[in-house]
Amino acid sequence: MKVLVTVKEVAEPEDDFEISGLEIDEKFLEYDLNEWDDYAVEEAVQLKEENDEVDEVVAVTIGPERSEETIRMALAKGADRAVRVWDDAFEAGEVLDPNAKANVLAAVAEEEDPDVVFTGVQADDDSIGGTGVALADELGFQWAAVVNSFEYDLSEGVAKVHRELEGGVEEVTEVDTPAVFTIQTGINEPRYASLRGIRQAQSKEIAPKTLGDLGLDESAVETPIGINDMYEPETESDAEYIEGGPEEQAQGVAEVLRNKGVAE
Amino acid sequence: MSDVLAVSEHRQGELRDASYEVVTAGRELADATGGDLHLAVIGGDVDAYADELNLEGVDAIHTVDHGDEFNHDVYTQATEQLFDATDASFLLVPHTVNGMDYAPAVAGKKDVPVVTDAVDIAYNGALEVTREMYSSKVETTVDVDSDRAIVTTRPAEWEAAEADGDASVEAFDADIDESAVGSTVTGFEEAAGGDVDLSESEFIVSIGRGIEEEENLELIEELADTLGADMGSSRPLVDNGWLPKNRQVGQSGKVVTPDVYIAIGISGAVQHVAGMKGADTIIAINTDPSAPIYDIADYGVNGDLFEVVPELIEEFGGTPP
Repeated sequence: MKVLVTVKEVAEPEDDFEISGLEIDEKFLEYDLNEWDDYAVEEAVQLKEENDEVDEVVAVTIGPERSEETIRMALAKGADRAVRVWDDAFEAGEVLDPNAKANVLAAVAEEEDPDVVFTGVQADDDSIGGTGVALADELGFQWAAVVNSFEYDLSEGVAKVHRELEGGVEEVTEVDTPAVFTIQTGINEPRYASLRGIRQAQSKEIAPKTLGDLGLDESAVETPIGINDMYEPETESDAEYIEGGPEEQAQGVAEVLRNKGVAE
Repeated sequence: MSDVLAVSEHRQGELRDASYEVVTAGRELADATGGDLHLAVIGGDVDAYADELNLEGVDAIHTVDHGDEFNHDVYTQATEQLFDATDASFLLVPHTVNGMDYAPAVAGKKDVPVVTDAVDIAYNGALEVTREMYSSKVETTVDVDSDRAIVTTRPAEWEAAEADGDASVEAFDADIDESAVGSTVTGFEEAAGGDVDLSESEFIVSIGRGIEEEENLELIEELADTLGADMGSSRPLVDNGWLPKNRQVGQSGKVVTPDVYIAIGISGAVQHVAGMKGADTIIAINTDPSAPIYDIADYGVNGDLFEVVPELIEEFGGTPP
């Protein structure tokens, strides 16, 4: 049995940044593995460690060559190999349609034939949050979104999951596999890559694939959704600022607390 | 004359706030397109829900009496069929955990684009959606060059519709293929039980990523003790296992309404703000002057918590650790 985990290298802007056209200027960006995907990788690796029937954890990403460094972190943490899809068609900018991304990931999933697919709930950069469910639909798999507890009965082919709803309530759901699970932060404790893991990751395969390699063409990622403007939101703050050094600021806060009658 | 279909949401016998908000978002869009607003009510006590959601601005309510609770396969099928039956151009779904469990699937089945987590929707012959990226650091507007589209609407961005209306209410006979239902909801669990219920607290000192290390938490514990406040936190500290789930304030944790809420080292992500914006007085202490927490704060302290908090503890007669 195989587990597929989707991962994404995300850009994170510094506190101060500039927007150039429809993108944040490259020089203000740092790149890292998407936080949710870190938990998804951990869940996949744990599933393999706990079950002899799991032969392989395969990571798949859509990303340029630069992203290999980040994807290698997933390999260092225990994924066995990776597939990296990139094509000139992606150079135009971020694909904002989850179903377009799902077309690409589904083509990889069809080659890999996994029983279980883990994705992050969302990516930290574009905050779309729909790719996992779109992928399940494209594959004809079952799914569960925003999973924060996962138990899998391999012999039954049923996963018992908790979905983290709003307001501290969790839905308990049983899902037939094959299925896609979008993983919420906090579901596990993502491991740090060990030195040994990092060394081993150097020799693990990251297979580059183009859309053509997957039997797709550019139409697979064409979408009517396009960014036409990007800007920093105007601050709406009408807060009264308490100025001065730490002592004056503490006194200012103390005065507010006393005035409100919550502390003496 | 493009119609709009909005889908309501309920859980454990009650309509969710998002249902009333998506009515407002739907009415605004329908006003812009010159079309009608249809509202779907799927599962549960549909007649009671339809009655409650018979609000000003809704033209027609369609009830699908199937199952008690949310099931994404049922919602996917019913919504897909209603999208066609109403001939609506635009489908609005709340951007909630359940909304995100079916909206992308409907988009896939109908082969229409889906734009998620909208904070504003405009229509000038074509749809233009405003949404945030990079943890709310930037806003973008996106064109949707399509006659039909799905948009998921961020909770609490639109006012809840309140005024009574006179919509037509009709049962919609959705054809639900039970063999396509591959998941079963077996129950609900309250995840945030424990020693304190922050939703009852009158004074909360809350701590976020700015605390940096787990061992630094004793500084905030001492502050809370000295002030006689309850301690809350933002999500990352709970994800790290540093604090129990019942301390988490936000969309997936507790919704709190204290007299005073001190947010320390909390940037103010939308999910956190959703849980504490109802506090009477909000004091924010943060090193980043552009942190979004200041947008909702009444008082701002732009400073280092490791300098300000010890002074504050001493101010009230405590001893910083």
